[in-house]
Amino acid sequence: MASTVAIEGLNHWYGRGANRRQVLQSVGLTIEPGEVVLLTGPSGCGKTTLLTLIGALRKVQEGQVCVLGQPLNAAGRGARQRLRRRIGMIFQGHNLLRCLTAEQNVQMGADLLKDRSYLARRDLSRQWLREVGLGDHLNKLPHDLSGGQKQRVAIARALAAHPQLLLADEPTAALDSTTGREVVDLLKRLAREQACSVLMVTHDPRILDVADRLVRMEDGRLFCSVG
Amino acid sequence: MLIRQPVRLFVALAGISFAGILMFMQLGFRDGLFDASVTVHRRFDADLVLISPRSTSSVRMAGFPKRRLIQTMADPQVEGITPVHWSLMLWRNPENLSTRSILGLGFDPEDPFFVNPELSQDSQQLSLKGRVLFDQLSRPEFGPVAEWFRQGRTVESEIGGNRVRVAGLVSLGTSFGADGNLLTSSETFLDLMPNKAPGSIELGLIRLKPTADPLAVQERLTALLPNDVRVLTKQGFIDFEQNYWRSSTSIGFIFTLGAAMGFVVGCVIVYQVLYTDVSDHLPEYATLMAMGYQLKTLVGVVVREGLILALVGYIPAYLAGQALYWFVRDATRLPVGMDLSRATTVFTMILVMCMLSAGLAMRRLVDADPAEIF
Repeated sequence: MASTVAIEGLNHWYGRGANRRQVLQSVGLTIEPGEVVLLTGPSGCGKTTLLTLIGALRKVQEGQVCVLGQPLNAAGRGARQRLRRRIGMIFQGHNLLRCLTAEQNVQMGADLLKDRSYLARRDLSRQWLREVGLGDHLNKLPHDLSGGQKQRVAIARALAAHPQLLLADEPTAALDSTTGREVVDLLKRLAREQACSVLMVTHDPRILDVADRLVRMEDGRLFCSVG
Repeated sequence: MLIRQPVRLFVALAGISFAGILMFMQLGFRDGLFDASVTVHRRFDADLVLISPRSTSSVRMAGFPKRRLIQTMADPQVEGITPVHWSLMLWRNPENLSTRSILGLGFDPEDPFFVNPELSQDSQQLSLKGRVLFDQLSRPEFGPVAEWFRQGRTVESEIGGNRVRVAGLVSLGTSFGADGNLLTSSETFLDLMPNKAPGSIELGLIRLKPTADPLAVQERLTALLPNDVRVLTKQGFIDFEQNYWRSSTSIGFIFTLGAAMGFVVGCVIVYQVLYTDVSDHLPEYATLMAMGYQLKTLVGVVVREGLILALVGYIPAYLAGQALYWFVRDATRLPVGMDLSRATTVFTMILVMCMLSAGLAMRRLVDADPAEIF
């Protein structure tokens, strides 16, 4: 089976002219299907940039990036947008839609599965909310949920679209240690069940043990360490 | 998304309604003016009319020789004619004795004149000298003539120093040119306006045989008569009057401009509201894009928002428009009313306004860079 993510010789710059600054230097990384990889490193070292490149949110400038079998080097807007549907994303902030209930938020993820009926998608989103332990909070607005609950809704939303790759950017940053632990455990369990690969950026030393593999990044370079 | 922000929703709807009301008002006034200026014209029992080429509008009708009207009888298709005297007169308010100019029409009571038949009976009253029929829809500044008359009182007043008695009431309606109307016989008319030459009339009504083609006869008569008269069809006479108000005065332009202002104000308000709304929710739009939703879908959301605003904002505008029309009708006696074409015009303009603003606000969406949200 092909690797979920295959990166080779990836370079990336920000800015133009004299202000041009290299943030990624010949990065190479592969993630196998079902693998949970943790990416750590000081802030400003390029972790998030790498994440957005894999998530097809940015154009690749130089190097080979292949995600879910799709080469991203020359991919246009439309191709990247289609690829993004197959990638789940969990953000540092929960980024839920404020005006929608928990159920509707998850459904925004499920709605990306075009081949299912409305009812099937609604059942799916309810099922995912029960799965993350929020079966009783279907009709609450994000405003009325606690931080941990919001992040769990975000996980349900990311997984509802049946992604083959889950990208998470410091999902525990806004949570206390116990909730953070719960959220990460949940994330790992659900990803396992879905045979979904996970790439998680984190600063949190308490959750490093969930990883199959640890990758450390410093000044735009990757240092692999065995997890 | 606006639903969760009642204040902003209210501002948006108020803005749209306000713009709608403004457009309803201005267009209503404009159409009302044009309609009102021809209330009398519409009633004439005529297929063709003769006027002097020097006449510019109902408030400035020049005379032409009565002979010309009689000449038209030479055409085999002409069935009957009615000479009409037409002038503004100074009417003295019988209550407070102030004078005001009123539109007076003089015709021979024996001749058919207006299309509505109830007038024919009343017009017999005019065979007596010094009798007039007063338009009960005239503005109240002319005095409580209609009330007094209905109470059975003898209403007498003065026109140009001559005593006249109200012999009956008619319903014609005011226009921007004339605040009131009165009808009288040719004889009385010439007594009241001694400076008018008896052989000169201001308007000639021509009735044709039912089988006649008015346009063909119009052509023949134009060729027959010297060019000190103009031959118009009845519709042409109505257009002649409306064209004067439309093009020779700034009134039409001003009201159209007013409506345009309403449109622009509405655009600005809706644009502001939608723009702020999109800006506030930019991270959420970006999140949706990161999840793989197309820009198209998001644009659809904004378009729908504009559409809903247009629909919901139109309803109060329509109701307020109705109320204002009623109010204006009551105060000015102008025939201002809600008609379907104006209702749809304003709705279309509101719709265009909301879509235009939504389109402009959407440019903000393009700034939603999903890469920025991490």
